[in-house]
Amino acid sequence: MYEFSYLKPETLEAARSAFEAHEGARYMLGGHTLLPAMKARLAAPEALIDLAGIPELKGIGRTGGTISIGAAETHFDVSRNSELHAALPALAALAGSIGDPQVRHRGTIGGSLANNDPAADYPSALLALAGTVRTDRRAIPADDYLQGLYETALEEGEIVTRIDFPVVPFAAYAKFLHPASRYPMVGVFVARHEDGEIRVAVTGSGSDGVFRCTEIEAALEADFSADALEGLALDPDLFMSDIHGSADYRAALVPVMARRALRAPGTASIYK
Amino acid sequence: MAHVELTVNGRAHRLACEDRTLLVTLLRDALGLTGTHIGCDTSQCGACVVHVDGRAVKSCTMLAAQASGSAVTTIEGLADGERLHPLQAAFREHHGLQCGYCTPGMIMSGVDIIRRHEGVLDEHIVREELEGNICRCTGYYNIVKAILAAAEDYPESAAPLKAEPARV
Ligand SMILES: Cc1cc2nc3c(=O)[nH]c(=O)nc-3n(C[C@H](O)[C@H](O)[C@H](O)COP(=O)(O)OP(=O)(O)OC[C@H]3O[C@@H](n4cnc5c(N)ncnc54)[C@H](O)[C@@H]3O)c2cc1C
Ligand code: FES
Ligand code: FES
Repeated sequence: MYEFSYLKPETLEAARSAFEAHEGARYMLGGHTLLPAMKARLAAPEALIDLAGIPELKGIGRTGGTISIGAAETHFDVSRNSELHAALPALAALAGSIGDPQVRHRGTIGGSLANNDPAADYPSALLALAGTVRTDRRAIPADDYLQGLYETALEEGEIVTRIDFPVVPFAAYAKFLHPASRYPMVGVFVARHEDGEIRVAVTGSGSDGVFRCTEIEAALEADFSADALEGLALDPDLFMSDIHGSADYRAALVPVMARRALRAPGTASIYK
Repeated sequence: MAHVELTVNGRAHRLACEDRTLLVTLLRDALGLTGTHIGCDTSQCGACVVHVDGRAVKSCTMLAAQASGSAVTTIEGLADGERLHPLQAAFREHHGLQCGYCTPGMIMSGVDIIRRHEGVLDEHIVREELEGNICRCTGYYNIVKAILAAAEDYPESAAPLKAEPARV
C-alpha cells in the first residue's frame, strides 16, 4: 500500500473537519472493501478517516414500525441482533450470509451501502424494503440513494450514519453464488409492505447494478405466490454477461431465485 | 506514525509503527509472532486469522492502528506451555495438516467456530464455517474431523487455555 495517514475521530464533527483538512481523504468502517482495493492499488487515499468509534453510527433499535441500524454495525452483529430477528428475520439472515465469518466480523452495513458494489447483498434489501439512508446531512430514500454501479447519492464528504428499514409482513432473500468470488451472481430480495406494495430487487447480475424487477412485481401483484412466476421470461438486455454466466443464464436464474425466496419467508437461502 | 497499544496473548504492548502497517505485519515483524501466516494478502485464504477481542479476523485486512485498544490472540497464545490446546491436539491426532501453512489460521478459525456454536457442530456447519479458510493440501476432510473432535471438549476448546472464557 502507498503511504497514508490514519485518523480516528470520536465525533461526527471531528470526522467532517478531518475530511476537510486532508486532501484525498477517504472514510473507512470495516476496511474490508477499501483495504483490499488499496493493496491492489485501485485506491490510494492520502488519509483514512476511521469512523468506527463514532457513537451515532452504532446500535440497532426498533421504534414503532421502523428498525434503525447504525452504519458501523458489522454483518455479524446485525445477523445476531435479537430485535432484528423478531422484526425482519430475512435481513438478519442476509447479513449472516455475506462472505465468510471473518469478513462478517469486520465488514459493516454502512460500508457496504456506501460502496454499492453491483454484486453486494445489502443493496437488494435496501431497495426491496424501501429503506432510508441517514447521513450527517439528510435522509435519502432507497430509490434516490442507489444510482447504478458503485454510484450513490452521497456527496463529497457526506457520512452515512444509520440505515432505517420498515418492518414488513413478508421479506425473503435467495441468492446463487458466483463460483469464484462467492458474491451473489444473482440475489433476489422479495418484500411485501404493510400497504400491500410489492418490491422485488435483484443484485449481482444487473448491467446497471441493483434494480427492481417490475415483471416479477407485476406477476406477484396478481398472485403473491411462487407459482405465479412459473414460465416467466425476463429480458436478457437487463443483465450482464461474463465468463461465469451469460445474460440469458442470469435472466433465467432470477425467477428461480425469486420463487425460492417466496417459498421461504423470513430467511436468506444460499445456492451454489 | 501510529502509536498502538494492544494486548497480545495476554501481554500488553505499546508500539510505534507506520500508519499503513497491517496487523499481521506488526505481529510477525515487530513482535516476532511468525505463527500467523500470510498466504494470499488479498483477504481470501485465512492463513492470517487471529482473534481480536475474541472474534476471528483476517489480520492482513486490518491495520495495526485499527487494533489499538484491543486484545489480540494468535496461534502462539492457545497452548499452556507444553500442554497443547484441545484443537491443536485434535489436529495432531486426526492428521489435520500436511504442509502446515494454513494450519494456524484453520485452528484460530476452528476455535472461533466452536465458540460461536457453543460446541454444537456437525460436518455441514463446519464446512460452511470454513468458507474463509483455504487449504491446498488436505482436502479438508481431516480438518473437519479435528474441529468436530475438539468441539466435544467444549467449553475448554472454545478459548485459549490460559485465558478467561471468551464472550460469545
Ligand atoms: C473475502 C471477502 C468476501 C466478501 N464477500 C461479500 C459478499 O458475499 N457479499 C457482500 O455484499 N460483500 C462481500 N464482501 C464485502 C464486505 O461485505 C465489505 O465489508 C463491505 O462491502 C464494505 O464494508 P466495510 O465496512 O468493510 O467498508 P470499508 O471498506 O471501510 O468502506 C467501503 C467504502 O465505503 C466508504 N465508506 C465507509 N463508511 C462510510 C460512511 N459511514 N459514510 C460514507 N462512506 C463510507 C469508504 O470510503 C469506501 O469507499 C466481501 C469482502 C471480502 C474481503
Ligand atoms: S493472508 Fe490474510 S486472508 Fe490470506
Ligand atoms: S496443510 Fe498445506 S495448505 Fe493446508
